[in-house]
Amino acid sequence: MTHHVKQKDASIPTIPFKARVSRWFGRNLIRIYALFGFTYLFIPVAYTFVFSFNDSGKSNLVWKGFTLDNWKNPCGAPEVCEALGNSIKIGLLATIFSTILGTMIAFAIGRYAFKGRSSSNLLIFLPMATPEIVLGASLLSLFLVFQINPGFWPTVIAHVVFCISFVVVTVKARIASLDPRLEQAAMDLYANELETFRKVTLPLVAPGIAGAALLAFSLSFDDFIITNFNSGTLKTFPEFIYTSAARGIPAQANVIGSAMFFLALFIVIAGQFVGKKVKVSK
Amino acid sequence: MSAILSKVKLPYLLLLPGFIFLFTFFILPIINLAQTSTQTPIAGGDTGQYEQTLRFSNYVDAFTENQEQFSRSFIYALCATVLALAIAYPLAYAIAFKAGRFKNFLLVLVVAPFLVSFLLRTVAWKQILGEEGFVVPTLRTIGIIGESTTLTSTSFAVVMGMTYNFLPFMTLPLYASLERIDPRTMEASGDLYANGITTFRKVTLPLSMPGVVAGTLLTFIPAAGDYVNAAILGSPNTKMLGNVIESRYFKIVDYPTAAALSFTLMAAILILVTLYIRKAGTEELV
Repeated sequence: MTHHVKQKDASIPTIPFKARVSRWFGRNLIRIYALFGFTYLFIPVAYTFVFSFNDSGKSNLVWKGFTLDNWKNPCGAPEVCEALGNSIKIGLLATIFSTILGTMIAFAIGRYAFKGRSSSNLLIFLPMATPEIVLGASLLSLFLVFQINPGFWPTVIAHVVFCISFVVVTVKARIASLDPRLEQAAMDLYANELETFRKVTLPLVAPGIAGAALLAFSLSFDDFIITNFNSGTLKTFPEFIYTSAARGIPAQANVIGSAMFFLALFIVIAGQFVGKKVKVSK
Repeated sequence: MSAILSKVKLPYLLLLPGFIFLFTFFILPIINLAQTSTQTPIAGGDTGQYEQTLRFSNYVDAFTENQEQFSRSFIYALCATVLALAIAYPLAYAIAFKAGRFKNFLLVLVVAPFLVSFLLRTVAWKQILGEEGFVVPTLRTIGIIGESTTLTSTSFAVVMGMTYNFLPFMTLPLYASLERIDPRTMEASGDLYANGITTFRKVTLPLSMPGVVAGTLLTFIPAAGDYVNAAILGSPNTKMLGNVIESRYFKIVDYPTAAALSFTLMAAILILVTLYIRKAGTEELV
């Protein structure tokens, strides 16, 4: 066997086809694997997008033909846009409150050494380590004790609770990556503490705060479990999909989902682009 | 003097509003949940009316009644975590070391699917794997699954949905720790005659352990408490603890049992996580 191979090698200087193929696979195995990974990630996205063009009528289960009607009239199905509106309102309010509260905490923990700093870190970490269902259920029982009916504001409060920690972690990371010499330079140039903060520190941390706000909005917008416990009869977009899943969701929901996807993708890519420009100009 | 004083106070002033909020709407509810968990129905009262009797056997009852769902939650979450690790590690590795100038673009691609509402994606899986989708008929024609076998309403579908939904929580921390590895350490290992597998086992994997620990925790914790995947992709035979808690709250109005179950879930997760972090020996998580 070995003799035979040797002979072949001697007569043909190129590597045998089989060996070349297996070597190519060996070298690119990780890339092939990654390709499968990406396919897995994008199957339901592609499905959602394709079925937003389905001429489906009420239940969007089987492909019945191409139409643009759903995109022309995204509010065509009952309740869809009302639910979307609720989600956007709740998301914006939760983002504003959690970004303000979280950024303040991030500055305190990221900037100062004080007594109780490590227990503050723990208090921030705990909501992230608590299963959503426990967060949602415990808040609901608190509202029940105080006889507050679940609804719009309880949902906003619940969203702020789980968004704060993510804001703190994101902004804190940005503060930690700041070059302290920039602030020292401002002080050397006779800026007082407030001026330094306003003209140097805050602009430098701003991208982190913007990123945290985007993260908070997307977490709030997509949340189902905690919302389901605290929203009562109010219906958010995820709740609308959940309740209509049994009888088939309308194609308009796919339209909104796909549109959100492209909008968010645009923001992410634009953010990267802006981030790069800032770096270059610095 | 007043400047020094305010400097000492400043961090506390910054913390105050946020911490008052977290105390009122996070700590207090947890304490309240603990109280609820030992209550019993008021004799002759309406449904949903409970009084405090410190009945700790609520926990025993809740656990024994729902043992099956309890173990299912942890087995499913474990399977989903292992699968997500198996899928995400090569993915993160490829992006960190093989992507070249497409690195940022591929990173956006990893996150992009999660910009579509996660319920829409889960419902999409249900329809893709369902009787009217294209997967089941194809597999039947090839003969991989029998005529009567279905994919939805099975443990397989639930675990697959969970793996899918928590994949970015695994991929991003893995990528973050892989990206930090100096490729020269791997080259050095190769120069010292280690083959690819040895280099991975002795250099790359140990150096990426913080990412593995963070990723598995970020996947396992939400997966163990999840009930959406089980509700959409599963059947009554795949119910998890989350489904029980949800129905105890909304359908049966049995708050004490739901509270006891929530606490047991949280305690079990905390114990497992502590053991795991000890074993993995990483403390730079927080």
